[in-house]
Amino acid sequence: MERLPILKIGQMLLVSIQVDLRDDMVVALQEDLAERIVETGARGVVIDITALDIVDSFTGRMLATIAALSRVLDAETVVVGMRPAVAITLVELGLSLDGIKTALDVERGIRLLSPAGGAAR
Amino acid sequence: MTAQELPISGDADVVRVRQAVRAAAVEAKLSLVDQTKLVTAASELARNTLTYGGGGGAVVEQVTKGLRKGVKAVFHDKGPGIADVAQALTDGFTSGSGMGLGLGGARRLVDEFAIETAPGDGTTVTVVKWAR
Amino acid sequence: MTSEPFGDLIDRCRAAEDDLVRRWRADVAASLRGRISELELDKELRELLDAVLSAVATADGADTRSAAYGEVRALLVDLSRARALQGFSPRETAISVFALKRAVRESVEVGPEFTAFSDVIDELGLFTFESYAKTREEVIANQAEQLLELATPVVKLWHGVVALPLVGTLDSARAQVVMEKLLQTLVDTGSEYAIIDITGVPAVDTQVAQHLLKTIVAARLMGAECIISGIRPQIAQTIVALGIEFGDIATKATLADALLLALGRIGVDVTAEMSKRGL
Repeated sequence: MERLPILKIGQMLLVSIQVDLRDDMVVALQEDLAERIVETGARGVVIDITALDIVDSFTGRMLATIAALSRVLDAETVVVGMRPAVAITLVELGLSLDGIKTALDVERGIRLLSPAGGAAR
Repeated sequence: MTAQELPISGDADVVRVRQAVRAAAVEAKLSLVDQTKLVTAASELARNTLTYGGGGGAVVEQVTKGLRKGVKAVFHDKGPGIADVAQALTDGFTSGSGMGLGLGGARRLVDEFAIETAPGDGTTVTVVKWAR
Repeated sequence: MTSEPFGDLIDRCRAAEDDLVRRWRADVAASLRGRISELELDKELRELLDAVLSAVATADGADTRSAAYGEVRALLVDLSRARALQGFSPRETAISVFALKRAVRESVEVGPEFTAFSDVIDELGLFTFESYAKTREEVIANQAEQLLELATPVVKLWHGVVALPLVGTLDSARAQVVMEKLLQTLVDTGSEYAIIDITGVPAVDTQVAQHLLKTIVAARLMGAECIISGIRPQIAQTIVALGIEFGDIATKATLADALLLALGRIGVDVTAEMSKRGL
């Protein structure tokens, strides 16, 4: 099965989703990320969904689970690049993703996770 | 565009249904937000067909009402059916893995929503989204 | 050839055509008060009269829906369309057709066959009114669309701060357009702060408040914060009375206060920036 690549940048892990998400890929990502966080001792995870044209309740739940999971492993998760149409749809669907940090793009996401940048917001 | 019949028997089929619905929504000139709402609803419903209905199919077609264009998608399965439809449409209700937003959430994202089901008799959900 | 119900009325009208048109034009012109030139009106009415008389004279003369009335209907659509676009009232438009009755009665000796003719004119009058209404609806729909575009400017106040000054009544359709435009601007300008100023909004109902809330939640999902400014006392009361939870959403009395808050959060030293600009 195709797996989503996880890149390590400094103390952070970056997942940039560039393909149409299948549910089994989503489940695999959850497992892979938990493993990589422990393995690398990463302090933050940036998930870039700029290329995703929809986020349904399954994917939304995955994002929430990853955030909760990484928090237990002492890492923060930021979801970046959500498109306006996707955000409006998620709100209509009833999903507010409480507890997940968000940023406009990867750069701002990384800044949010770095020790100094986290205080700004 | 003629009606397209798509099988739903695996995760990859859910992706294909999303793509077909997107193409139909673009052709019917739905706004970007309406396209996204419809494709998201289709994704929820296709997953329901797969997870709870044990697989089935989807029919996607363009429809018109007067001058308005729209997209109709029908999801059908021969699964166990739903005993209590009202309960299944309630937010937070789930019999499987999910946030329980599938059916009720999908209904909020479309303009027309109809469900036909009986225990042991499968489930058919029809949704329509109109161009504004 | 003359069809049964109208007797020789058509022939008599043809014979008195000039007098008929003169009377008809006078009636119509009085109601239009010179906003259409006599010459133009004369041409319009003559053409219409000729088409009506020809249609009435056919075998289907009593049925205004028949193919015989094709030309009449086309002329009436043109006429009502032109009147609607020029801003004439429904009454001023319909009179162009109904006044034909009086003109016929006065310029031609009429008998019982006039009833059938009068029915035809009534039908045509209604048809005119319908096409007038249709044109007006189109005009209104177009204007609503243009207004929607005009009324939702999103302006950049500072690097990373955009503002949406809302003016006028917000309905669901407009709130939706506003919401989409604001969120898209956040992406396009890379802004993390949006100020929604509702000083110019006279009233807020549950639906509008819900739209505002949804916009704010959607902006958060994208990584941006919204600040609401200009909430007037009555609106604050409505919001509380409706039981709408604004929760942890930042609200400020004025746009200036909201801008200060945003600048502070971004980390802009306002005093330094002002002295740099000699303020």
